[in-house]
Amino acid sequence: MPVKSPPPALRRLFDEVGTVDSVGVEERVAKYGTRSIKKAAKVWGLKTAVSMVDLTTLEGKDTPAKVASLCQKGVRPHDDDAIPPVAAVCVYPSMVRHARRALGSAAKVRIASVATAFPSGQAPLKTRLAEVRAAVADGADEIDMVINRGAFLAGEFGVVQDEISAVVEACGPLTLKVILEVSELETFDNIRAASFLAMRVIRPGDFIKTSTGKTSLNATLGNNQVMLEAIRDFYLDTGVAIAMKPAGGIRTAKQALQFLTAVKETLGDAWLNNTRYRFGASALLNDLVRQLAKEKSGAYQAPFYFSESAESY
Amino acid sequence: MTRLPITKTPKPYVGGAFIRSESGRTYSLPDAAGNFFANVPQCTRKDLRNAVEAAAKAGPGWAKRTAYNRGQILYRLGEMIEARRAELIDTLVRFGAGRGAAGREVDATTDRLVYYAGWADKYEQVLGNVNPVASPHFNFTVTEPMGVVGVIAPDAPALLGLVSLFAPVIVSGNTVVAVASERTPYPAILLGEMLATSDLPGGVVNVLTGFRKELVPTFATHTHLRAVSAAVDVADRKTLRLGGAESIKRVYFSAAATERDWFDERTQSVYAIRDFLEFKTIWHPIGA
Repeated sequence: MPVKSPPPALRRLFDEVGTVDSVGVEERVAKYGTRSIKKAAKVWGLKTAVSMVDLTTLEGKDTPAKVASLCQKGVRPHDDDAIPPVAAVCVYPSMVRHARRALGSAAKVRIASVATAFPSGQAPLKTRLAEVRAAVADGADEIDMVINRGAFLAGEFGVVQDEISAVVEACGPLTLKVILEVSELETFDNIRAASFLAMRVIRPGDFIKTSTGKTSLNATLGNNQVMLEAIRDFYLDTGVAIAMKPAGGIRTAKQALQFLTAVKETLGDAWLNNTRYRFGASALLNDLVRQLAKEKSGAYQAPFYFSESAESY
Repeated sequence: MTRLPITKTPKPYVGGAFIRSESGRTYSLPDAAGNFFANVPQCTRKDLRNAVEAAAKAGPGWAKRTAYNRGQILYRLGEMIEARRAELIDTLVRFGAGRGAAGREVDATTDRLVYYAGWADKYEQVLGNVNPVASPHFNFTVTEPMGVVGVIAPDAPALLGLVSLFAPVIVSGNTVVAVASERTPYPAILLGEMLATSDLPGGVVNVLTGFRKELVPTFATHTHLRAVSAAVDVADRKTLRLGGAESIKRVYFSAAATERDWFDERTQSVYAIRDFLEFKTIWHPIGA
């Protein structure tokens, strides 16, 4: 069967931003699992990962009380004071004001809100922008938006970029995270191209993010690597530093350390902090804390000594 | 035409799969005559950790089986051993047992499984209770499995010792992470193949091979293991007691002093099941 060639618009974009050697990427990321990170380096990595977590609950059954307990956990993940708070809590727009009430105004933990008809993005632009403004008004610090995948795959890049620009404008001084939803982009080439489209219209310090966590395929080392390399190439071209957030499917401390290895070896130390790199996760925090407790006591820890985190991604 | 010899790679049964050690290490195992037999995985504390995760995952499903079904499955394991009786006897002989003694060990192993299989739907009647109380309450005590339990098998008898320790633990719905005899690990690896074909869900019994001195400290301190049942020497007993106190786990040592003791039918009892149970007492108001 002949390989279906991409539409001409996409073809031209690939020529412009370059394509991805997918075999090379897979081979490279397979090696990240072989690094031996032990003792002090491991503890540093685990604590850094904790400080990068966007502790997330995105479920239909979320309640204000559940969000409040999530905020508590984010501020103080464990009774050990050496473990830092997480970077942010990530909730639906309707829960932003409850999170703000739970955290107070001078909180160390930021509030991120998904907006723009998360996760599908299938609502009129007017509605999506209104959702962003509502989240801003309720006290969010960061907005996670989804791109218009349908428009992207149809080659209507102007539409994709205009919508992102409109959200940039609507969220004002807030940090923006643009969710590419890599599982619906199908190929590494598309992920790279979509990364560039987004990076050209967002501001320094804004994020590109892998996925919503609501589809079958989430953040993997492979698509994380493609996006990190896009960020690197964009930075070398323009000097604009874009941040990165893999989300969904990262459940264990071991995985988190592999992602941090990818960051360190692709973008360097400047990206190893929570203004440039985040993990969108819920179960991950418990495992990080559990492994830190293991490093401290020397004994393997049972999961039931750590509070339950929110389910789903 | 000469055939290439097909020698077997012994792999321990963990989480329903036959694994190599994550460390990649093996140690060479000679048979009783001193000839090379095989390279056996030298499992590490990380393999133990992974086995505990597998056991914890299998636990709720196993505990939810009906007592009758758990009994059936233990009996089925006895059937699997009976079917491969000759192979097990040959193996025990190869590692130094007399043919008669090997036969007795395999039969005693099967009988022990059948014994505990029989208890599966009966221990609750013996150990649970309706308690007389001086108030309008219906007060009763029921048993619950503890969770993941560590088993450290004696060096000999390699097969009977291991089965005698894990059978009373799993019959009530616990799951087991065991380390096989250090001197003669191969019968435990064969047993793994029978566990895999006995309807026992993967992860309920996990058998590691390796060195005691590397694994006992982790058995002692791992907080996810709720209890340890061990046949070990004085030094290891101390390690297990200290670590057990730290991680709040029950530690039981086998009373069998000699190899012969394991064959004694008086060593099998419902109290071996009781040792690995939690008791829950419920006060149920019955009105005036």
